[in-house]
Amino acid sequence: MESIWLIPLLPGIGAAINGLVGIRFFGKRLAGVLASFMMGWALWLSFWAFVELLGTEERFHQVTVASWIPPIPLDTVDGVGSFTVDWSFTLDPLSAMMALIVTGIGFLIHIYSIGYIEHEPRGGVARFFCYLNLFCFFMLTLVLGSNFLVMFVGWEGVGLCSYLLIGYWYHKQSASDAGKKAFIVNRIGDWGFVLGVFLVFFTFGTLDFRAVAEAASQMPVETAAVGFGVISAICLLLFIGATGKSAQIPLYVWLPDAMEGPTPVSALIHAATMVTAGVYMVCRNAVLFTHAPMVMEIVAVIGVLTALVAATIGLVQTDIKRVLAYSTVSQLGYMFLATGVGAFGAAAFHLMTHAFFKALLFLGSGAVIHGMNEEQDMRRMGGLRQYMPITALTMAIGAVAIAGIPPLSGFFSKDEILFRTFLHHGVFVPDRVLWGLGVVTAMLTAFYMFRLINMTFFGAYRGPAWGHGAEEPGHDDAGHGDDHGAGHGHAWHGPHEASRWMTIPLVVLAVGAFFAGFVGVPIAFEAVWPWTATIEHFLHPSFVAQGAHAVEEAHHMSLLGEFGLMGLSVLVALGGIWFAYRNYVERPEAAERLAESLAGPHRVLTNKYYVDELYDATVVRGTMGSAGGLWTVDQRVVDGAVNGTGWTTIAASWVSHILDKYVVDGLVNLTAWICGEASYVFRRAQTGLIQNYAFVTLLGVFAFVTWFLVAR
Amino acid sequence: MLEITPLHYSLLSAALFMIGVIGVLVRRNVIIIFMSIELILNAVNINLIALSDQLQDLAGQVFVVFVIAVAAAEAAVGLGIIIAFYRNKETVNIDEIQIMRW
Repeated sequence: MESIWLIPLLPGIGAAINGLVGIRFFGKRLAGVLASFMMGWALWLSFWAFVELLGTEERFHQVTVASWIPPIPLDTVDGVGSFTVDWSFTLDPLSAMMALIVTGIGFLIHIYSIGYIEHEPRGGVARFFCYLNLFCFFMLTLVLGSNFLVMFVGWEGVGLCSYLLIGYWYHKQSASDAGKKAFIVNRIGDWGFVLGVFLVFFTFGTLDFRAVAEAASQMPVETAAVGFGVISAICLLLFIGATGKSAQIPLYVWLPDAMEGPTPVSALIHAATMVTAGVYMVCRNAVLFTHAPMVMEIVAVIGVLTALVAATIGLVQTDIKRVLAYSTVSQLGYMFLATGVGAFGAAAFHLMTHAFFKALLFLGSGAVIHGMNEEQDMRRMGGLRQYMPITALTMAIGAVAIAGIPPLSGFFSKDEILFRTFLHHGVFVPDRVLWGLGVVTAMLTAFYMFRLINMTFFGAYRGPAWGHGAEEPGHDDAGHGDDHGAGHGHAWHGPHEASRWMTIPLVVLAVGAFFAGFVGVPIAFEAVWPWTATIEHFLHPSFVAQGAHAVEEAHHMSLLGEFGLMGLSVLVALGGIWFAYRNYVERPEAAERLAESLAGPHRVLTNKYYVDELYDATVVRGTMGSAGGLWTVDQRVVDGAVNGTGWTTIAASWVSHILDKYVVDGLVNLTAWICGEASYVFRRAQTGLIQNYAFVTLLGVFAFVTWFLVAR
Repeated sequence: MLEITPLHYSLLSAALFMIGVIGVLVRRNVIIIFMSIELILNAVNINLIALSDQLQDLAGQVFVVFVIAVAAAEAAVGLGIIIAFYRNKETVNIDEIQIMRW
């Protein structure tokens, strides 16, 4: 556990090597293997740290590597406080779980990327792995950091890496635009996060998570009766940060565009890890949030609305990656719904299962896109299961998991969230409303996921024809991917299975997506499965203040009710799957007829509720307009003033020059002229005759003597 | 017999001085002007000696000896200048000597 500071550092070193040396000198394989090795090492360390953590009583370990900011006196609400920040890392159940997710999924995705990225030019591969390692460095810093500022370093760093990786194909206009959009939208959220951090220090005089939680636990809970106090303000600001990073309403618009990046990036950053940073941050500050029930209500409402809105948009998307992107937004909404109803353990649980099946689905879609020669439109796929059976099977497992069919992982985590939402008593929102929306979303989720599976892997092949003669279609031995990598301009021989570099991570993730749910089996199954709610018990110490020793609340209702709820969600999921099967496999024309009969709603959904257009018309246009206005002001007023000053100076200098020339010089010349003219008169006195001078002298002597004699 | 009083000396000295001054101012011959200057100096000498006698102070007479010595030196330099001038201009008329005029 002492070496947890190495966990983030290892990928950091990998990024440095690949970035400084690799881009110039490394081969494609070497760069990928180096980066994967660093991730594997970090995974190894995380695993042993996790095991050691299980062995300790306290389940909390903090390592301070160095002092970052020495104590500075700063104002706080209780007078002058000492602002000091250490580079310190915390291992507790929550961060240990997150570190395992990031290193584990990250390691698999690194392996997968070796196969995925091999068509890129050599330097580009090293650059890709440099960014990917750098991302893991920042993400692990975010996860393990034990105070707000270290977390913020990671928080900003992952945003940077997200920008770099979305814009990896920077020569593509849409990719670089998407990168900028992600960065700028995230910045809006970061603004809230930073303000929240300022307010945390001002209120508590420290930025350490544990100290803040302890201090907050001493303060009264800000219920509706108490009013909207400082903790509510902190939580609201932090949540603004979370909406940016975790793509919630109103800042979710960047995530679908982020699909412009390479698919492993979408899997790692925009599905499994970075976008969950907001959920993680809210869970990390669970004590603060439980003291602000009104903000919790806002979080829950935003979460469920995001889940619903994103799911409805996902219904009609035709780009395979965009469906998954909206699905991610929707599932993140679920996680926020869970945190909003106080089920932090369920949120973290869903975060973990979601990391498995969403990474799996993204990597599977990457394999499909790869096999289809960079085709992303599902309307041009179909029937691919015979060409890429491993991908089809693993993606189907992922889809069943996210749809919530027992006993796959998504069922347990999603059901836990819905169950806790069902029991939740809101502050403003009537009971059961959030739950009802959640159930509707669950059905939509099952539908759009199976729409994706059906359109991609079932039915008739609708894609472009390929040149016959060279190879049989469906030639899918694993060696194919390798020799395919020999040249970019290689002729396409039809859809084919991806190389082993890519399929092995798929299989591992599929196993994870299948079984990960068993760590959180509902308590209702106590009779048949003795290890219920393991993950909630494990994570619980992270969500309460250290001194408080709060008792874990039991959330119980009658067994019949609990099983009834479970049965309902399974039925709902099966309904969605059935509807997708009926419309996209049984009668493929039914979907089009449905779209025609509901042309209005369909158009609205296809255009994503016109949110991008709305933002474009208001925020973007407003910003551009005000920028243009300011530019005009700059041009006309500021530059005008500067130029006016210049012209005034020139004019003044001209006047001054005239004055100098005619008045000053004139006076000088006049003096000289007067002297010259006067000299014509006075030089008459200079006769040169010595006797004249002597006579004048004598007259002077007489004058003085006379004056002397008479006046005295 | 009329006693010679300091007033007499003063009158003599004044008369001699005025003759010298008028000589300097009106004569044109440089030699004559030169001689008139000597008259002025000697008028001063008479005055000094008379007052020395009256005040019983030998300093006046010592002063006179100095004046005579300086006058001799002056005469030597002055006559030298006049001879040099005469060699150039073939005249000693003071009206011709105005080369330092504008």
